[in-house]
Amino acid sequence: MTVLDSKTPQGALADKWNNYKDHIALVNPANKRKLDVIVVGTGLAGASAAASLGALGFKVKAFCYQDSSRRAHSIAAQGGINAAKNYQNDGDSVYRLFYDTIKGGDYRAREANVYRLAEVSGDIIDQSVANGVPFAREYGGLLDNRSFGGAQVSRTFYARGQTGQQLLLGAYSAMSYQVNKGNVEIFSRHEMLDVVIIDGRARGIIARNLVTGEIERYAAHAVVIATGGYGNVFFLSTNAMGSNGTAAWKAHKKGAYFANPCFTQIHPTCIPVHGDYQSKLTLMSESLRNDGRIWVPKRKEDVEALRNGKIKPKDIAEENRDYYLERRYPAFGNLVPRDVASRAAKERCDAGFGVGETGLAVFLDFSSAINRLGKKVVEERYGNLFQMYEKIVDENPYETPMMIYPAVHYTMGGLWVDYELQSTVKGLFVAGEANFSDHGANRLGASALMQGLADGYFVLPYTMQNYLADQISVPRFDTNRSEFDEAEKQVKTLIDKLMNVKGSQPVDHFHRQLGKIMWDKVGMARNKKGLEEAVKEIQALRAEFWKDVRIPGEINEVNPELEKAIRVADFLELGELMAMDALHREESCGGHFREEYQTPDGEALRQDENFMYVAAWEYKGEGKYEMYKEPLNYEFIEVKQRNYK
Amino acid sequence: MNFTLKIWRQKNAKAKGKFVTYNIENISESCSFLEMLDILNNQLIEKGDDPVSFDHDCREGICGTCSLYINGRPHGPDDAVTTCQLHMRRFKDGDTIVIEPWRSGAFPVIRDLMVDRKAFDKIIQAGGFISVNTGGIPDANAILIPKDKADTAMDAAACIGCGACVAACKNASAMLFVSAKVSHLAVLPQGKAEASRRVQAMVAKMDELGFGNCTNTGACEAECPKQISIDNIARMNREFLGAKLGAQKQK
Repeated sequence: MTVLDSKTPQGALADKWNNYKDHIALVNPANKRKLDVIVVGTGLAGASAAASLGALGFKVKAFCYQDSSRRAHSIAAQGGINAAKNYQNDGDSVYRLFYDTIKGGDYRAREANVYRLAEVSGDIIDQSVANGVPFAREYGGLLDNRSFGGAQVSRTFYARGQTGQQLLLGAYSAMSYQVNKGNVEIFSRHEMLDVVIIDGRARGIIARNLVTGEIERYAAHAVVIATGGYGNVFFLSTNAMGSNGTAAWKAHKKGAYFANPCFTQIHPTCIPVHGDYQSKLTLMSESLRNDGRIWVPKRKEDVEALRNGKIKPKDIAEENRDYYLERRYPAFGNLVPRDVASRAAKERCDAGFGVGETGLAVFLDFSSAINRLGKKVVEERYGNLFQMYEKIVDENPYETPMMIYPAVHYTMGGLWVDYELQSTVKGLFVAGEANFSDHGANRLGASALMQGLADGYFVLPYTMQNYLADQISVPRFDTNRSEFDEAEKQVKTLIDKLMNVKGSQPVDHFHRQLGKIMWDKVGMARNKKGLEEAVKEIQALRAEFWKDVRIPGEINEVNPELEKAIRVADFLELGELMAMDALHREESCGGHFREEYQTPDGEALRQDENFMYVAAWEYKGEGKYEMYKEPLNYEFIEVKQRNYK
Repeated sequence: MNFTLKIWRQKNAKAKGKFVTYNIENISESCSFLEMLDILNNQLIEKGDDPVSFDHDCREGICGTCSLYINGRPHGPDDAVTTCQLHMRRFKDGDTIVIEPWRSGAFPVIRDLMVDRKAFDKIIQAGGFISVNTGGIPDANAILIPKDKADTAMDAAACIGCGACVAACKNASAMLFVSAKVSHLAVLPQGKAEASRRVQAMVAKMDELGFGNCTNTGACEAECPKQISIDNIARMNREFLGAKLGAQKQK
C-alpha cells in the first residue's frame, strides 16, 4: 500500500507536461486578484515564483530572513545554468539533458519531473535575457556556452563567474517590477517559524520580525516554501551563515513528508578547513577541474617532508605524484562527477597521503595548464577564482598548487512533492532546493539554477493555478482565527523555552559538535555502526542543548543568537532523521555512500531491487518517524550502473 | 595576534550610540575579520555580556550583506574585497581597530553595526527592472548583443548593493549604486525601450529617500568592493539629461 500519489500525468514522456497544461483548471483575471499567495524565501525559486504569480495577478507576499530579497544564497552560484538549447549544434536535446540528469542522479529521481525540467530549460534562458541578465556573448552577438561535469555537450550558459548572482538579480528585478505594480509585497528580515493549517490546508504562516522580535501572522490561500537546502546541519558548508532548514522543518512537523534526507552533495573543490575558529567553507568552481590536475604524493616520506616544510610541492618529481583521478578514471579523469571526485580525495587522505597542516587536503595543480596555454590564458579563464583563493589562503596559485578538500554544498533531499510540486499538506507547495524532486542522489553542476528557476517561472504558475481554481469562493482568512492563535502560541512557547534554558554555552558550541558528528558519521562515507552511533550522539547532544544553551539579550529586539538557536534546535532533529534515512538505505547511490555496499574497486554499488524508491518520512513526534515509499518506475530509460572509467 | 577593538554599540535606532573598547587575544592571522568578531561574540556571551550585532551572510563576497566601516574605510583596508573576505593578516599585532556602521541618513542604524538598507530596494522598485512578465518571450538568440555591450553591462551589473559607495561618500550619495543599474539596463537592447522612464523614476526616488548629490570626489569607486566604475555616473547623467530634454520636447 502506498499513500504517496505522485500525480504524474498519463501518456508518453514527451507529452505529459503539455497534456497537463492543456487540461488544468484556470482562474480568471478578476478572481486572481482575490487570491493571496505567500512565498517564503526569495532565492531563484522564490523570487521567480513571486514575480510570475504576481504577473498573473495573484496577490503575493514574499518573505526572506535577509535584509534584502536580493541577497538569498542563490547569489553565490558561480559556474552556470544548463539549458537544452542546442545552440552549439553539438547534438544536445531535451532528451539528452533529461537523460544526463537522471543518470547523474544515479537513478533516484522521478522521470516525469526531470523531463519537464529539461523541457522548460530553454525558456529560462529566454526569460532571463528578457529580464536583462548579461550572459556571456560571442563576438557575433550570440550567446556563449561552456561545458560542465557529467555531460558531453556544451549547454551551460554563464555570466562570468557570477551566474547565480546575475540570474538572481534578474528574478529580483522581475519581482521588483511586480512590487511596483502592487502585486507583490516583500517582507525582509522576517523568518517563518510555522505554517498555519486550516481544515487540512496550508492557509498562512507565523513569522518573526527579526528587527522588532515580534511574532506576526500572515494569511493566504496557498503557501510556497522556497527556502533552500539544509547543508548547514554540518555547521561547516559552502552555504551562507543564515541558510537554514527551519521553514521546511516546521512544515514537516505540520504534516509535510521529508524525502531522502540523507542525499547530500559534497563538493570536491573547496578551500580546506584551516582552524577551529572557522565559520564557513569557500567553494572553488567546478570549472577549475577543466584545466587543473588533482594529485597527492605517491610516497609517505614526501607527505612528511611537505608537512615539516622541508620541501615544496614543486620539488616532488612527476613520477612521485599520484594523479589519482586520472589513474582510477582514465575516461573522465579530473572531470568525474562530484560525488566520485569527493570520495576519491577522502580515500587518499584516509590512507595517509593528504597534504596541508591537517592532512585533509589534496593538490589542484595548474602548472601543466600554465605550461601548455601560458599564464595569460589561465588568468583569463580563472583569474577571479585565483584571486579569491589568494585572499583567503595567502598563497599564489600560479606558483604553488592550490590545496582543496571536499565540503558540504547542496542537499538533494527535501520536502516530498508530487508532480505539481505540492507537498503532502494541501496548498503547501515546495520549490527549488527545498524540495527533493529532480536531482535524485546526486546533482550535476549547473543544474541547481535551472531547477530553481524552472519551478518558479514555469511550473508553479500552472500547478498553483490548478490548485487555486476551486478556491475562488474562499474569502480571505482572518488572522484572528483560533488556528493562528494556536500556531502563534506554539512559536512563543518554543522561544520562551529556549530563552529560559539560561545555560552556559553559546549556540555555536552545539552547532559545531553537531557538525562534527554529521561530518564524521553521516558525511562522505557512512556505515551501519557509525550511523547508529550518530543517532545516539545527536539525541544526547540535543538533550544537552536544551539543558545548557545560553542565549543572551531579549526576545523583543534584534537577537541573532536567538535566530541561530531556533535554527540549530531544528538541525538537531533533522540531523537525526538524516542519519536514520542513511541507516535504512542499505545501498550506495550518488552522494550516499555506504561502505558495506561497494564494488571491489571501491565504487558505489546500488541495490536497485530493494531501494529503487523515494523514502518519504512522516513526523510522528520527537525522534519518531514513519517511512513511506514512492516506487520509481523507469519507463523511458534503461537503468544502468554508472561508469566513469 | 592581539588587538584593541573600538566598536560602535547602539541598542536600537532610537538609542544613543557610543564606542566600547574590547581587547581580543590569540587571533590567528588566517582568521577572517568576521570570524574574529565571532570569537569576540562567543567570549562576550560566555561572560554574560551582549554580543555585537553585525550583518553578514554568504561570507564569500557576493551577497552584499556585510558592511562595517573599519578604520575609516568601508570594508576595511584591503582593496576590492568585502569585509567578509578581509583577513587579520592585513593588520599588525597590537593594532587598534575602529569599527563603525555605515553612516548615512538614508541607512538608519538598526542595532550596533547593522543598518537598514531598504532604500536601495525602493530605488530598484521605482524602475530598476525591465517591464516584462513571465512567458511569451522570443528566443534568447533573437536579439544580437555585441560582446562589448554585454561586457559593459556585466561590469555594471556586478554591483552587490552593499552600500559601501554611500558610506564612502561625504555627501552620502547613492549615485554609483543607481548608475550601475541604470547603465546595466540602458546598455542592453532589451532595456532600451524604457530607459528614459527608468532613469527618471530611479533618480527621483533616490532624491526622495534623502541620498546626497555627487560632487565627483571618486571615493565611491575607490572603495567599491566590486570596482564599479564612476563612468556609470557619467552615463547616468547623460541618460538623465537626454530623458529630461526628450520629455520637454514631448510637452
